[in-house]
Amino acid sequence: MGSSCGRVCWKWRSPLRRLAGFSRLLSTAALAPQICVVGSGPAGFYTTQHLLKHHRLARVDIYEKLPVPFGLVRFGVAPDHPEVKNVINSFTQTAHSDRCSYYGNVTIGKDVTVKELQQAYHAVVLSYGAEDNRILGIPGENLSGVYSARAFVGWYNGLPENRDLKPDLSSETAVVLGQGNVALDVARVLLSPLDILRKTDITEGSLAAIACSKVKRVWLVGRRGPLQVAFTIKELREMINLPGTRPLLAPADFTGLGDVIKDVPRPRKRLTELMVKSALEKPGEKEAGRWASATKEWGLKFQRSPLEVLSAADGKQARGIRIAVTRLEGSGESARAVPTGEVEELECGLILSSIGYRSLPLDSAIPFDPKLGIIPNSLGRVQGEPGLYCSGWVKRGPTGVIITTMNDSFDTAQSVLEDLQTGVLNLSSSKEGFKSVRSILHSRGVHPVTFSDWEKIDAAEVARGKLAGKPREKIVDPQEMLQLISH
Amino acid sequence: TPVMAASMAAGGGAVTRLLLGAPGGCGSARRGASARQVGPGGAGPGGAEPRVGVNVVFIDRSGRRIPVQGRVGEDVLRLAQRHNIELEGACEASLACSTCHVYVSQELVDKLPVPDEREEDMLDLAPQLQENSRLGCQIILTKELEGAEFTLPKITRNFYVDGHVPKPH
Repeated sequence: MGSSCGRVCWKWRSPLRRLAGFSRLLSTAALAPQICVVGSGPAGFYTTQHLLKHHRLARVDIYEKLPVPFGLVRFGVAPDHPEVKNVINSFTQTAHSDRCSYYGNVTIGKDVTVKELQQAYHAVVLSYGAEDNRILGIPGENLSGVYSARAFVGWYNGLPENRDLKPDLSSETAVVLGQGNVALDVARVLLSPLDILRKTDITEGSLAAIACSKVKRVWLVGRRGPLQVAFTIKELREMINLPGTRPLLAPADFTGLGDVIKDVPRPRKRLTELMVKSALEKPGEKEAGRWASATKEWGLKFQRSPLEVLSAADGKQARGIRIAVTRLEGSGESARAVPTGEVEELECGLILSSIGYRSLPLDSAIPFDPKLGIIPNSLGRVQGEPGLYCSGWVKRGPTGVIITTMNDSFDTAQSVLEDLQTGVLNLSSSKEGFKSVRSILHSRGVHPVTFSDWEKIDAAEVARGKLAGKPREKIVDPQEMLQLISH
Repeated sequence: TPVMAASMAAGGGAVTRLLLGAPGGCGSARRGASARQVGPGGAGPGGAEPRVGVNVVFIDRSGRRIPVQGRVGEDVLRLAQRHNIELEGACEASLACSTCHVYVSQELVDKLPVPDEREEDMLDLAPQLQENSRLGCQIILTKELEGAEFTLPKITRNFYVDGHVPKPH
């Protein structure tokens, strides 16, 4: 990386430093720490970046289950948020470092065990994220027409495992259970004008399905109130300004909130103010015109907790949802929703549960807290497992934005560096790194995908996208990706 | 609620201003190229501006002071990165993240143009937000910022245990 090079070069300037630097280089050259990172999303790349930047010799290998890198930046970030994906450029720069290698198409826990990685590397960092979702745990959850928002997002973003989801979009009303940014993302994708979507990297299959969608109303349902919503202001503002749609915000939900939020922290305050303004104030002329001519609508329903998905006469298809009205106990972020006993039914043929992602244990040998859905750790050091670390969602749970994951990945990398410095990580035994993993993979018939392989896939996707006037057309079939690089 | 209405009105005005500088959605939202940025001697955008130096100080996450010279018209994120100061620009100045969050020295923060609504929205996601918080990518250096200090928030614990060596200046 440029920055670390600059630092090394400077060391050579003064003769004294030159000597000191040289002997240090000689004595440590054989002891270059071999580190591997499991997962190539933001946590994996930010951890790698920090390690490479702050250690002149460390080598980092990144393993990824899919052939293609970048995790949720590619498969989670909404297609109409291309600016968020700019971070791929700095990840690519990291991957181009001569001390970094990327190995896609390798499933840790299956193709190679964590124990085997620990034998090959001085340190192993688990940054594999949260590949599952929390479940509602209510009757009817498995009826046709009910999907996890995670799967729906995976579908429109070309995540291979969700490419055949074929969500049923024949209902006029959709209900999203949850009020976070993922809930707003799926609502926005369901309601966005096609002219906006078709210029994004949404997959052609999902674009075609959305083009035939009958959905024209989306309710975002939350167990608690407007002061507890989890989405952030940029996403809400985007929704309020979405062309062709109007917000359905019941004034009663927002009256009196102005006084309550005087003392809450600024982000919550500004977010609430925006909801209050949209719900209670007379819209400007332009906005009023847009709302009047809108053909689609979306709204927030508060203090409603799902009880049961109702089935149609065929017993297979969802036709609605039964929800319990709740009241709040306590206030602020920690308020709890308690059923009042009152029950409502809401008619809808499409239900997306967006109540959170969930990490899974990788390997029975690795400590995992099933209740919190994280690997128990202290500042990224996995409990009771020296040399094993974690970062990102598997470390702290599936919340936050890119800066949250960046900071916590830097923290984990810092723990690794600290352990290298204090000798907790023993460098006296030399480790072979990928060399030994390569032979394991070879013996098991696994062919890793390199970063330059990915760049071929990337180029093919961009070329296909160009024909359709979009930034890229994602390849959704891993076999096709592998064929493209003649694996 | 008059307080709220006022803040909304201010935000609304800022959006219009920003649009001048950032046409077409997903591109960079750096302010540098916008028509309201007028260089010394009235040189407008695209004009050959003389390179005017602005001396500022970064205070990195370990508390180290790093004096650097920037150029009028340059943004603080780019300046930091030019000097290997650890300020990330995940979204590349397109106002979609808050990784370039800095604190601006109190006496100079008021000399900056009021942050527009999109910057305020992103600042809401910045850990350890303060009154003098700004996004580095939105601060454009002017002569007025001579002597400004930009402090990187201490977002993580004990940085630089590896004996981080700063570049000499």
